[in-house]
Amino acid sequence: MSKSLTPGSGGVAADKTSRDVEGKLHSPTVAVSLIVNDQPRAITVEPRMTLLDTLREKLGLTGTKKACDRGECGACTVHIEGRRVLSCMALVAMQDGKRITTIEGLERDGKVHPLQSAFIEHDAFQCGFCTSGQIMSGIAMIEEAKAGWPSAATADVRSAVHAADLTDADIRERMSGNLCRCACYPNILKAVAELARN
Amino acid sequence: MHAFSISRAGHLADAITAHTLDPQLAFIAGGTDLIGLMKDRAALPEHLLDINGLPNMAAIDALPDGGLRIGALARMSDVAADVEVRGRFPMIAESLLFAASGQLRNMASIGGNIMQRTRCPYFRDETDGRCNKRNPGSGCAALRGLNRNHAIFGWSESCVATNPSDLAVALAAMDAIVLVRGPAGERRIPFTDFHQLPGSTPERDNVLDRGDLIIAIEVPANPEAHASHYLKVRDRASYEFALVSAAAAIARDGRRIRSARLAMGGIAHKPWRLTAAESSLRGISLDDSDRLRSAIATSLTDARPLAQNAFKVELAERVALRALQTAGARL
Repeated sequence: MSKSLTPGSGGVAADKTSRDVEGKLHSPTVAVSLIVNDQPRAITVEPRMTLLDTLREKLGLTGTKKACDRGECGACTVHIEGRRVLSCMALVAMQDGKRITTIEGLERDGKVHPLQSAFIEHDAFQCGFCTSGQIMSGIAMIEEAKAGWPSAATADVRSAVHAADLTDADIRERMSGNLCRCACYPNILKAVAELARN
Repeated sequence: MHAFSISRAGHLADAITAHTLDPQLAFIAGGTDLIGLMKDRAALPEHLLDINGLPNMAAIDALPDGGLRIGALARMSDVAADVEVRGRFPMIAESLLFAASGQLRNMASIGGNIMQRTRCPYFRDETDGRCNKRNPGSGCAALRGLNRNHAIFGWSESCVATNPSDLAVALAAMDAIVLVRGPAGERRIPFTDFHQLPGSTPERDNVLDRGDLIIAIEVPANPEAHASHYLKVRDRASYEFALVSAAAAIARDGRRIRSARLAMGGIAHKPWRLTAAESSLRGISLDDSDRLRSAIATSLTDARPLAQNAFKVELAERVALRALQTAGARL
């Protein structure tokens, strides 16, 4: 990625956009190193590339879905350093050196993740477009609850939080950043609850 | 998105100099507001300066005197989960938890949260164009358009939008301080002075100038902090901006209010502090809902609702009442 900024030494000028004869902006590309699903990946991108577009268009990882592309629907949820984030709102140029996990990276020893199994068991999807985002969100949400993070559904934020005690209302609240147009919410809730409470 | 370049700030002083010299440069931290604005073409910076690597700006420090210092680069979810924040200032943790979604809270910084553009759907709409905030001088489509979600206080003919930050409402109630570093050094801005009313320059949301960067937020150890509550009422149960919200905190003698702090969101261009109500609430019993409502109403009598949002006046009274009584039950 680009070097640290040093005003007066040419650092700014070297990084600046330029305009062509029609006044259209052009930007220099930046080099980014990522660790995607445990694999080191070195890429060169335009600064405006999101992590979402990079995963899908540059790295061929199309399991992460692009729906609203505005930070509203959660379909593009991935993990950066183990935390759930929206890849459509993250510039890949800002993720240099970061560890990224996508739905393709969940398999271990030929077995799908337990939350993926729970989604199948509870019939937690119809069209499937939101599913990878739901699963990536659910896995990280359970880790957040295990770490004792409260939510807006926590009765009193001053008290300790335990994942095993999560109510249905609490799971719905914690998963509210993932929309499902097929409205599979009851079954998504069952799948996530099964894993969260065990 | 439009084309832009990006670089990473290594030193605070250099970042401030770069921002001062280049009007086309924008700081970026979590990016959850700025990237959205760029996708909507409501912000078109030519250069982004990634400040996430600046040292010593992400800590959450519980101060020995009972106060709190939150680094500008701390993430919303980390502040909301912090045991000291939850114990000392429940309303601050709640205001964060009632905002956005789990994914966005993991990304968004505290400095960026209070820098969120005060906005309305017309501001984000690329096709209408009548928004003085987006295109100064173009008019306000919301003034006589769809304005159910808009301001009932402090608006002008030029803009009727409301500030979306929940955290800002809690910080206004707590008389927090915004620590800012600029070209002339560091300064401390009282939170209620940080955001601006629209007046004739709605394109300016706050008092920051070129080269200014938020370093941290300081929250003083108010006696009301512990018995505090943030209540948010919205059209959906989750993941939605407030119709009306209230940050309430009290100190009491028995059941009587000794002192109260009250700020509201969703009703003005900036977090709205209800100082008249705070004075009127002194001495009233938490069980006397009628007198509490009358005291709250002293700050609501000069409301100026728009065509579609008169309901917010009574809603504000009810939300403030419930927030105060819930806060009062926390002692």
